[in-house]
Amino acid sequence: MKIDSIRNGIVIDHIQAGSGMQIYKMLHMDDLSCSVALLRNVQSRKLGQKDIIKIDAVLDIDLDVLGYFSPNITVNIIRDGKLAEKKHIGLPARITDLLKCKNPRCITTTEQGIHHIFRLADPAARTYRCIYCDAKAE
Amino acid sequence: MRHLIEIMDLSTEEIEELIATASGIIAHPEEYREVCRYKKLATLFFEPSTRTRLSFEAAMLDLGGSVLGFSEASSSSAAKGESVSDTVAVVSGYADIIAMRHPKEGAPMVAAMHSAVPIINAGDGGHNHPTQTLTDLLTIKQKKGRFDHLTIGLCGDLKFGRTVHSLIAAMSRYEGVRFVLISPEELKVPSYVKGEYIKSRGIPYTQSTSLEDVMPELDILYMTRVQRERFFSEEEYLRLRDSYILTPDKLKNAKEDLCIMHPLPRVNEISTEVDSDPRACYFEQARYGKFIRMALIMKLLEVRK
Repeated sequence: MKIDSIRNGIVIDHIQAGSGMQIYKMLHMDDLSCSVALLRNVQSRKLGQKDIIKIDAVLDIDLDVLGYFSPNITVNIIRDGKLAEKKHIGLPARITDLLKCKNPRCITTTEQGIHHIFRLADPAARTYRCIYCDAKAE
Repeated sequence: MRHLIEIMDLSTEEIEELIATASGIIAHPEEYREVCRYKKLATLFFEPSTRTRLSFEAAMLDLGGSVLGFSEASSSSAAKGESVSDTVAVVSGYADIIAMRHPKEGAPMVAAMHSAVPIINAGDGGHNHPTQTLTDLLTIKQKKGRFDHLTIGLCGDLKFGRTVHSLIAAMSRYEGVRFVLISPEELKVPSYVKGEYIKSRGIPYTQSTSLEDVMPELDILYMTRVQRERFFSEEEYLRLRDSYILTPDKLKNAKEDLCIMHPLPRVNEISTEVDSDPRACYFEQARYGKFIRMALIMKLLEVRK
């Protein structure tokens, strides 16, 4: 299977196999008018299998949050058909408005217009906790 | 501008400073009678509380300030559906400092994000209650003269007991501290509290289901109530309520200088016969609550003697 290389855009590589669709939805890629390719279960020497997303446009999107989904993820910025920048995405210190707190006692369950924010509590265990009530992200 | 949302917002130096101010107030209350003149404290209590609200109000009155507020959600605009952020945005236009109790965890943090004046968390559900912890710390300092090299027994509801979690966090910063955690299986300290404050700092601790077995080791015994409001099932509450009841008999093997503490109110977990024991410190502890809140109000309002 061949997907044309892109001239100006973003390649999100080394996505853990199976997480590509989740990232596609989270970054609202179905709203984009440019070409977007989601490749699933691509052979990878490092990971065995991986997912890749190619976006045929340089967009201003919050890429830091990607680390939450997939620990080895890399983001390649392509300009004029060349690799202009390669970013290794680690675990973000904070995640805003991506997850919702499941603790029924948390203020976020009743207060309107509030940002749902989780902080990285334990990087080794990849644990995030709600900044308001300290409940673990599920 | 500073807020107090959880005890770890304060450094150990700031805690020492608050304790020094509180000790100064205990020794010479007359020197502090006017320091908050023309300042107003709003007590926004969305959940009933006697001790905490009255101690905040008494604290502000003893500093020469005034108080306003409400003592239950039904008498506030929250009953009409107003959000915490809106309530606080309005009230911070009327008062110089706000003490808030709310049944939802994290409500005071939301308040702090929208307030023009300092917010003090006076208890948010089963989550944090930093002024209780400051009260506990003042009591320990008054009774033991130090925070380091103490064996602290925590007994009862260690799962939902917010005062227990905050006290563990606060005491985990001192050298030579050891924790003895006494509870039924169902009410053990949550693993994240142990992980974050005990294990990660290499603090020695033991867990026990028997209070008698560990009694001789303790310098401090911190009793807690199994709280009905923290349980979704009445049946489970009733089963665990009477797990540990402190009686004179159980104190036979305790140290002579043991300090028995309780955040109060108690139901039946400390027999009234223990009240006359010189090691019972809980009523004195409640009294200290006012002094440390006076010191805290002064600090957050940045007023001095």
